[in-house]
Amino acid sequence: MAERERDEVTGTETTGHEWDGIKELDTPLPRWWLWTFYATIIWGIGYTLAYPSWPGLNTNFKGFLGTTNRMELHRELKAVQQARAEKLAGLEKASLQDIMKNDDLRTFATRMGEAAFKVNCVQCHQAAGRGAYGYPNLQDDDWLWGGTLEAIHYTITHGVRYNPETNEETRQSEMPAFGRDQILEPAQIEAVTEYVLKLSGQEHDARKAEAGAKVYMEDAGCNGCHGDKGEGNQELGAPRLNDQIWLFSGTREGIMKQVSEPQHGVMPAWKGKLDKATIKALTIYVYSLGGGVGS
Amino acid sequence: MAEVVNTLKREAARTGDSADKPQKPEKLYQARKKIFPKAVSGHFRRLKWTLATIFMGIYFILPWIRWDRGPGAPDQAVLVDLQHRRFYFFFIEIWPQEFYYVAGLLILAGIGLFIATSMVGRAWCGYACWQTVWTDLFMLVERRIEGDRNAQLKLEKQPWNAEKIFKRGLKHFVWILISFWTAFTFILYFGNAPDVTYWFFTGQAPFVAYSTVAIMGFITYLFAGHMREQVCIYMCPWPRIQGAMVDEDTLIVTYHDWRGEPRGSKRDRKKHPEVAFGDCIDCGWCVQVCPTGIDIRDGQQLACITCALCIDACNQVMEKIGRPQGLISYSSVRAYEKLTTGQMEQKEFGWRSFIRPRTLVYLAVWTLIAAGILVHLATRDRLQVNVIHDRSPLFVRLSTGEIRNAYTVRLLNMQLEPRDFRLSIVGLEGAKMRILGIDKPPARTFVIKVPGNKAKSLRVFVTMPKDKIREPREAFYFRIEALAPDGKVEESAEKKAIFEAPEK
Repeated sequence: MAERERDEVTGTETTGHEWDGIKELDTPLPRWWLWTFYATIIWGIGYTLAYPSWPGLNTNFKGFLGTTNRMELHRELKAVQQARAEKLAGLEKASLQDIMKNDDLRTFATRMGEAAFKVNCVQCHQAAGRGAYGYPNLQDDDWLWGGTLEAIHYTITHGVRYNPETNEETRQSEMPAFGRDQILEPAQIEAVTEYVLKLSGQEHDARKAEAGAKVYMEDAGCNGCHGDKGEGNQELGAPRLNDQIWLFSGTREGIMKQVSEPQHGVMPAWKGKLDKATIKALTIYVYSLGGGVGS
Repeated sequence: MAEVVNTLKREAARTGDSADKPQKPEKLYQARKKIFPKAVSGHFRRLKWTLATIFMGIYFILPWIRWDRGPGAPDQAVLVDLQHRRFYFFFIEIWPQEFYYVAGLLILAGIGLFIATSMVGRAWCGYACWQTVWTDLFMLVERRIEGDRNAQLKLEKQPWNAEKIFKRGLKHFVWILISFWTAFTFILYFGNAPDVTYWFFTGQAPFVAYSTVAIMGFITYLFAGHMREQVCIYMCPWPRIQGAMVDEDTLIVTYHDWRGEPRGSKRDRKKHPEVAFGDCIDCGWCVQVCPTGIDIRDGQQLACITCALCIDACNQVMEKIGRPQGLISYSSVRAYEKLTTGQMEQKEFGWRSFIRPRTLVYLAVWTLIAAGILVHLATRDRLQVNVIHDRSPLFVRLSTGEIRNAYTVRLLNMQLEPRDFRLSIVGLEGAKMRILGIDKPPARTFVIKVPGNKAKSLRVFVTMPKDKIREPREAFYFRIEALAPDGKVEESAEKKAIFEAPEK
């Protein structure tokens, strides 16, 4: 290489480039930078040897470590599953009552149930099961189909009015459409609405309600399902009428609409979709929300 | 790699051989001059060995000391239990939320350093710093294997023959052994020492244990074996901070040039009988024994860690030549000035210089903080209650029209024994609570057993009859009381909570 020009002030070689009399110095890279740079190259080569890298004709080079991030993820997931296996087995074996009594198992079930609830249930029952119009609130103490551990477990397993043709065990009941099917006269519907308002302790027309009592007890036979005092019947999923909680609407218009052309809720059966342990965990979670009854 | 080395060599050769090369800027990097400190005995050397033995003894033995805390609790006297988030120190147990005690200890350590520095200068550097203590140990090993300064210098110049390879190999082996044990002892503070030892040597310890030992061991080996005084001179911030800490009364290692100068060796003295030489015979022993390789006769300097080994060396020389000791001694700037002008005798200088407004203020602050921490520690609560109100939904209307709020209540029993806690509602007239998992009718008070050294989470439902609701947001308290076996209340705590209800 020919001797290059040297800058007088610094003693550094120039690159030979010159712009308007300004010369570019060829300052060598700092030593530490250069060494770091070479170290990264060596590291890079080492990396391609350790992990899957170089393409071949049929497949690629698998790396001397014989592992990939994906394999590590699978290993970690497996380790988590193994760590949970004991608790899961315990959950499957223990009765619902025993789970409630065992602090450890109950905490595990509640957490697991909460996670499953967030994936499968919140779409209708809303966050923490606080319910929405037409979808029951699971936090309160009013239950359509029963709030014991067993009743909740049954409802989750078999669902409500869910494919009754093939799913015989599903919760099943239907309220006649008293208006649409012309079972009752409009005046009768008006009267029975006033009576239901009275049952739930709301403002009502006392005279019409008196007539409505007859419709309720005799003409329409509402008491057959909803009970003489409107206390409801959980065997039939007949809602309690003498309380402050309404699945649909508790206003005059709402009640009248429900009497003349009733709406019916549907809930999927989770049997087959979720495993036994998950359904149990969901039961414990829903029960623990605060509305669970008896034991 | 070879290419780089060649390039660098060429670069060096090129800049080196050009005859009319321009003035090169001063290099910012100073190559290390290897130091071979000479062994010395004396008062301060003895003090240093005594302190080093005590400090290392504490460090290496402490994790093996047992302390019975009853069943279920760890029996290691000093333990940082990261997994269960507890810190044990003999009879003291600290939970993470009490970490401010550790902050207090750090403040004490900081002010302690101020006190020590204003009184005795860099006594920390010279006697107590682990860099000094471990370097001393490594130097001891070095001297036992390679011999003292002269033998080490000889070995350094020797070609790599069998003797050199053996001695150097043995030295590094022992150093690595010490480094390993130092690092290994460190991890014993984070787990039950016998268990950790067994797991470590049977390959069952977690990865972090091995990596910690590897990193700490390497640093010990590097710092105490190879870097030594460079850590003090270039890495440590303390020599810089201490400039703000010393005053004219602080003890510093001082060469008394007023009686030492002009210095002269025996030969100088013979050659120039006309000169009135001082006490310093320029034997250079003070320089040879210095672990940081400085000459104390140049005055106070950043690299002086005040280890006082030069004092030991010089005193021996003074004794031999029949001059009073203390040509190099601990002194202060003020005393030095008085001595120079003849206002004070050297023997008059003593411990009285420690008592100064500055040290007294430091001492008072330190004592106050220490007393504060102790009083707080002695009277601290060993129970706590935390409350989280359910947010979704804030309240639930029950079929009877009652309003229910749900809370997660955490009871912390910070004693090691299980205790009965009485949980009750204070305020919120008419409300009752029910606790999930406890089969009892709603009440305003429950007694709950909480295991020792644990927190218990409860799901609590508080219900208010419709007609008792006074306002949409009513504040009340959850109170917990720890009950002694005879039913007496040992201690109590309260936590505010809000009861939410619909607007009427």
